[in-house]
Amino acid sequence: MNFSDKITSLHLDVLKEIGNIGAAHAATALSDLLQKKIDMHVPMVEMVSFNDMMELAGGSENVVVGIFLRIEGDVEGSMFFILPIEQANRFIRRLIRDDSFDFYAPPVSEIGLSAMQEMGNILSGSYLSALSDFTGLKIYPTVPGLSVDMFGAIISIGLIELSQVSDTVIVINTSIFEEDIIDDEAVRGHFFLLPDPKSFETIFKALGVSTE
Amino acid sequence: MILSQINEVVKVGIAQMDVVKMPNTIRTSGLGSCVGVVIYDESKKIAGLVHVMLPDSSLGRTESVNEAKFADTGVAALVNLVKLQGAQSFKLKAKIAGGAQMFQFTSDKNSMRIGPRNVEAVKEQLRKLNIPIIAEDTGGNSGRTIEFNPETSMLNIRTVNRGVSDI
Repeated sequence: MNFSDKITSLHLDVLKEIGNIGAAHAATALSDLLQKKIDMHVPMVEMVSFNDMMELAGGSENVVVGIFLRIEGDVEGSMFFILPIEQANRFIRRLIRDDSFDFYAPPVSEIGLSAMQEMGNILSGSYLSALSDFTGLKIYPTVPGLSVDMFGAIISIGLIELSQVSDTVIVINTSIFEEDIIDDEAVRGHFFLLPDPKSFETIFKALGVSTE
Repeated sequence: MILSQINEVVKVGIAQMDVVKMPNTIRTSGLGSCVGVVIYDESKKIAGLVHVMLPDSSLGRTESVNEAKFADTGVAALVNLVKLQGAQSFKLKAKIAGGAQMFQFTSDKNSMRIGPRNVEAVKEQLRKLNIPIIAEDTGGNSGRTIEFNPETSMLNIRTVNRGVSDI
């Protein structure tokens, strides 16, 4: 399968739009949840090697909070919501109104973990339901899992399906940030959507830009 | 002035492999469900490291096979690589780490249990090649960064939640 040859700028635009719509809904949900202005960047659609994938959130050893779920239904793939620890701490402190909460200091309180899990649930749910509405495709997310660990260890689970058919990954990457700390690169969250290779055609067909 | 030897840390990425000789060390970071396999010759101070992602190359459906990606092809390829550097086959030993399950799921989908399957596949290959496993740190639900020093034959393992250890 030499899929990359068939992808045109039109297809890339479609994938960007998917990132745009999904992440915009998720950012709105986050903004409501925290009563705080959340902004986002134009999504990036990148075809990268596995090792380059590791660099998209600060390197494979960078410790992050990661929410992961599998997407099933008409489209299959993996979805991640990745936050730097500092950012996750700020969000959760605000959410549970406890300034002492800290992912860096295990054992992390149950309430904080559960709030993080719930945040992941809400955000990925709003991302994917927006996507489902937009494409008319059935999309069923699994219950998200939470891990506070090295980015490489977390993201590699999303590469397993892909690695069977390819050595590269097409990732729809949308970053979000709090409006008042725009300058701080280190505190930026990411939504990563990694459709399984066979699902791209389904997405393109649903939006009328088939590659065939 | 003391002649200082330049100690280099050779980095191995996901689905890649490499070999070092003393005084250099070899390292791979952010192992989750993947397994890091070190094969070394203690007397020659040579060590190779492969970062495998999948248990079996029959899972692969690409035209060109990246040997380092799979346990079955990766372990064999690494053995060849260390032998090319002068390691003797009857002296080879192994240390392995990784194969975690980073997320707990009720789903019984095979790809979600890839960590334990990777560990099992690596062990089977080492058994076939008669290479003893001297130490291992596998399973659990933590990511690992590992670094092997061929001079001491120690494998240093760093985790986020369980600290640092040497095996």
